[in-house]
Order: sequence, then C-alpha cells, then structure tokens
Amino acid sequence: MDKPVVTRKALVLGLGLVLLLALPPIALAMDEGFFISLFSRILIYALAAVSLDLILGYAGMASLGHGAFLGVGAYVVGILAFHLSDGSPLPFLPGAWAGTASALIAWTAAILVSALFALVIGALSQRTSGVYFIMITLAFAQMLYFFFISLSTYGGQDGVNLEQRNTFPLLDLGDDTSFYYVCLGLLLGFVFLCKRLVNSRFGMVMRGCKQNETRMRALGFATYRYKLMCFVIAGAGAGLAGALAANQSEFVSPGLMHWTRSGEIMIMVILGGMGTLFGPILGAAALLLMEDVLASYTEHWMIILGPVLIFVVLFARRGIYGFLAGPGGRDG
Amino acid sequence: MDSPAAPLLDVQGLVKSFGALRASDGISLDVRAGEIHAVIGPNGAGKTTLINQLSGEMAPDGGQILFDGMNVTAMDVARRARMGLARSYQITSIFPEFTALENLAMAVQSGLGHHFRFWRNAKTDPARIAPAMEGLRRVELEAVAHSMAGELAHGQQRQLELAMALATGPKLLLLDEPMAGMGPEESRRMTDILLPLKGRVSILLVEHDMDVVFALADRITVLVLGKPIATDTPARIRANPDVRAAYLGESP
Ligand SMILES: Nc1ncnc2c1ncn2[C@@H]1O[C@H](COP(=O)(O)OP(=O)(O)OP(=O)(O)O)[C@@H](O)[C@H]1O
Ligand SMILES: [Mg+2]
Repeated sequence: MDKPVVTRKALVLGLGLVLLLALPPIALAMDEGFFISLFSRILIYALAAVSLDLILGYAGMASLGHGAFLGVGAYVVGILAFHLSDGSPLPFLPGAWAGTASALIAWTAAILVSALFALVIGALSQRTSGVYFIMITLAFAQMLYFFFISLSTYGGQDGVNLEQRNTFPLLDLGDDTSFYYVCLGLLLGFVFLCKRLVNSRFGMVMRGCKQNETRMRALGFATYRYKLMCFVIAGAGAGLAGALAANQSEFVSPGLMHWTRSGEIMIMVILGGMGTLFGPILGAAALLLMEDVLASYTEHWMIILGPVLIFVVLFARRGIYGFLAGPGGRDG
Repeated sequence: MDSPAAPLLDVQGLVKSFGALRASDGISLDVRAGEIHAVIGPNGAGKTTLINQLSGEMAPDGGQILFDGMNVTAMDVARRARMGLARSYQITSIFPEFTALENLAMAVQSGLGHHFRFWRNAKTDPARIAPAMEGLRRVELEAVAHSMAGELAHGQQRQLELAMALATGPKLLLLDEPMAGMGPEESRRMTDILLPLKGRVSILLVEHDMDVVFALADRITVLVLGKPIATDTPARIRANPDVRAAYLGESP
C-alpha cells in the first residue's frame, strides 16, 4: 500500500501547530485579546495533562492527585514572590534569602520541589495498585490541599496574590503575547521530551508495565523504581505547569490542589486521547473552551460534559486525537 | 548423590499452605545443570504453586530454595530473573499490545540493562531488535514479527512466551504446562522447539501431556497432594506401582 505524502496525523499536528503559533496576532487583529490569556491557560493545563498522560497513558498509573504537583509548583512561585515583596526570609532554608521574582530560578525551584513531592508521594502510593492507587494519590493531594489551607502566612484558603509576573531574560512576561509564547515553547519542549522518552528503553519499560507488570518482573525488571521515576518526571512537568499557572493568573490558591482539579486534568487526558501525548493538548482545549462557552449559559455545564465523556470512553479509545488523526500506529 | 557438582536448583522441604490446604507439603527436589526435570501430578497437586515459589511470586511458609549456589528463598522475582531464572505461565502471559518482535525485544532488553536510557529510540536499537528477531526465528515466528501479540493464535502466543523466556538467556527455565490448550499439531511443534534445548538449557517442566514428558525428561518427579511420591528416570517412573496407582493409572 502506498503511503500518502502527508499522513492524516502529520496534517492534524501541522495544522494544530500553525493555529497555536498564529493565535496571538489573529486574536489581536480581531481585537479579542482575551483569547490570548484563555489560550495561555489552555497551554498550561495541556502541559499538566501531557505530564499526567505519561503516567496514565503509558505506565498505566491512574493518579487522581496530579493537581497536587500543579499546586506545589504554583506555591513555590507564589511563596518566593510573597517573601520578595514582604522582605521576610524564607522558612526552612538556611541564610536569609528573601525570595525571588526571577522566572529561571523560581520555575526551576518549582520543578525540583514538585519532583521531590512526587518522589515521596509516588514511593508510598506505588505500594498499591488499581483502585487503591487512585484513592491514595487522591488522599495525598487532599492532604496537601488542607495543609495549604492551614498556612495562614500564605493566605490560607484565600491564597497568595502575585504583585506581578516573574521576570524573564529579554522578555516581559507581563505582556500576554510574550507569556503565551513562553507557555507554548515550554509545552512543545515538554511534549518533544516525552515523545523521546516514551520511545526510549525507559519508555518501553513503562509500556510493558502498563500491559503486564507481572511479566515485566518475571523478565527481570525491578518495575518499582522505573515507575517511580516516571511518576517523578510527571510530577515535575505538572510543577512547571503550576509555576506557569501562578504567573498566568498572578494568583495562587489551594484550589489548584483540590481533587476536582485533578479530576479535570484526568478528564482532559481521557477526552483528548490517553497514551497519545498530543491528545491531552486537544483535551485541555476542549474542556476549557467548553467550560468557557457553556458556563455562560449554565453553571451546571458539567451535566453536558458527562455524556460527552462517556461517549468518548465507550466509543473512541484514543479520544479526540484518535478521532482526528485516525487510529494510527501503536505509539500515537 | 554420585555427581560431585552441586545441583543448579536445590529445593529443600518447601511448605506452603492456603488455609487448611497444604499445597506444598515438604517438597524437596533438585535440577542438575543441563537436565530436564519434569514434574507431573493430577490437577490441583500443587505444581503451579511450586513454580510460583521457585520464581519468587509466592513466599513459602517453610523450607528453602538454593539456586546457582545462592539461597534465593527471600529474593524478589526480578532479582531471581536476573540471576537466570526464567519462567512461562500456565495461562499465557505476554504483552498483547506489543508486536511479537517487541515482546522479544523486552526480554532482550532485560539482559542489556540501561533501562534509565531516556533519549535514544529503542524500537530501532539493533542491540534490542537483532537478538529479538533471532529469538523469534528460533520458534519460527519471524513471519508474524510485526503482528500484535494479542492477535496471534493461541499456539503462537505460547511459542512467543517460550521465546521470551529463552531470550533472557536463562540458566534455568521453569515451564508451567507449555502445551496447555494446544491441539496435537501445535503440541508437536512445541515439542520440536523444546527438543533441541535438551542438554543445553536446564528445565523444570510441568506438563500433563505424557508423550511430551517421556520424550523430553531426564528425570520425573510425581507430585500428589503437594508431596513428591517418587523421583526417577522416565522408564522407572512408568514402572513404579505407586505412581501407576496414584496418577498414571488415571490417565488413559
Ligand atoms: N492463591 C491461592 N489461594 C488459595 N488456594 C490456592 C491458591 N493457589 C492455588 N491454590 C490451591 O492449591 C492447590 C494447588 O494448586 P496449583 O494451582 O498449584 O495446582 P496444579 O498442580 O498447578 O494444578 P493444575 O494441573 O490444575 O494446573 C489447589 O487446590 C488450588 O485450589
Ligand atoms: Mg497449574
């Protein structure tokens, strides 16, 4: 059979990329600058959803606590900014470092701290599997949620306001268009990284674990450590998304860690197509746009989402991405 | 024992209970290097339970397992596998969403290591793929190399699983009814695959098909209700009156 010059998959991906690249000028030309910040939010949640897809779609770990890492990443940025404007030193750290507004430092810290949280939560959660794994990741996220509510220094339930977005070399993140492209660049970079990862030896171990972990162990793979590593990478990705989310809304609150947020991220992955990496981007766009449009008609917009989701789960195992790009090969 | 070399596998007084049921009731047996040692016994005799304890998937309540000069009784499954203990399952256990070739490549990768390699493409890595193809050839599955393993015929899946176990380059193969659910034609092919391994790979073979057992085994242990009632050469097992009464007499 002849292969077409341009496959359906390449076409969908190419079009998507062009659309995302061209969005800010188009939005500005249409005088709808609001779209730029809406789509920044979509890109940020897409990043979180792609990171969840890594563990859910490739390693078969259904975490319902992924919002925890989003929240931790956001709080790292929020807390660093808080101390900078407050002038008080950071707790738990030696010296009297009073925070930073530098994106390079704050975002790196967000990635590292959320990776550390993922290491601890993952190490404990992975002693279970299946429904228990879902429940324990959920429980950890809720614990963090209540922990941050109890932190009155950082606003408790109300969270922390950022006076301004982080500073970035050569760019003004306060400008929505620049910020949008930074988000897009980071998302594309992360997707590329994940794409390499899922096709590497490490990635094959993940896929093997998803299909038949017993067989993996009997072949000699110490599956625990590889799955934990994957969980940590995913947590780090969500942490970066959290750092961006904090900048996007210039506000951080425990709500980011609430289990409904984790649920939304999972819905993005399932809706867009599990185990495809690109799908979760579509899922994030679909969910957030649906929310934006439907929420203006009814606050019970989730009622409409429910049937859509059931339809996707039952009839389109590769979600929106599978629907657009075709069934595709075994690697998405 | 007349052989001065220590056996490759030495099982001593293995005990495993499920509630009141003694699935392993003091099992002692050994497998010498290069030997095919068959374990036969009626349904529910505790053959799979024995294999599960040898592979490390079940912890025995008592007794010990020495493999390749090491006490592996408390060692986890993956480490035992890396020491050279490979197994197949009574109920086929493969990666259904991988191609046949990729199933083999996973087994090959287990021996290669470097599982924390994140960047280089594994699917085109000759270090994984070339030996994987070689392994498929050994079981005559190269024609279906690029078919999804889950879509292969039952007999082909059984062959694939055997090939995976072999591809790890094991010192000892634990085979749990490799012919389970196979027709006579498939069964014959499987025997043809196993025969050339005789003398080269040490095997602990659990099998119901007596023709296969008598064709392959150097020694046979008969297990009844979790207890070995005899261990001997095939000819003497066939002639053993206890065995005939307990087991062979029942099969046509
Ligand atoms: N996990 C378990 N929990 C409780 N009982 C078990 C368990 N596994 C096996 N048994 C019981 O232990 C006994 C031995 O089972 P086992 O599967 O080892 O037999 P087998 O010799 O492999 O039989 P078959 O020829 O049917 O495969 C059976 O009575 C079985 O019901
Ligand atoms: Mg059995």
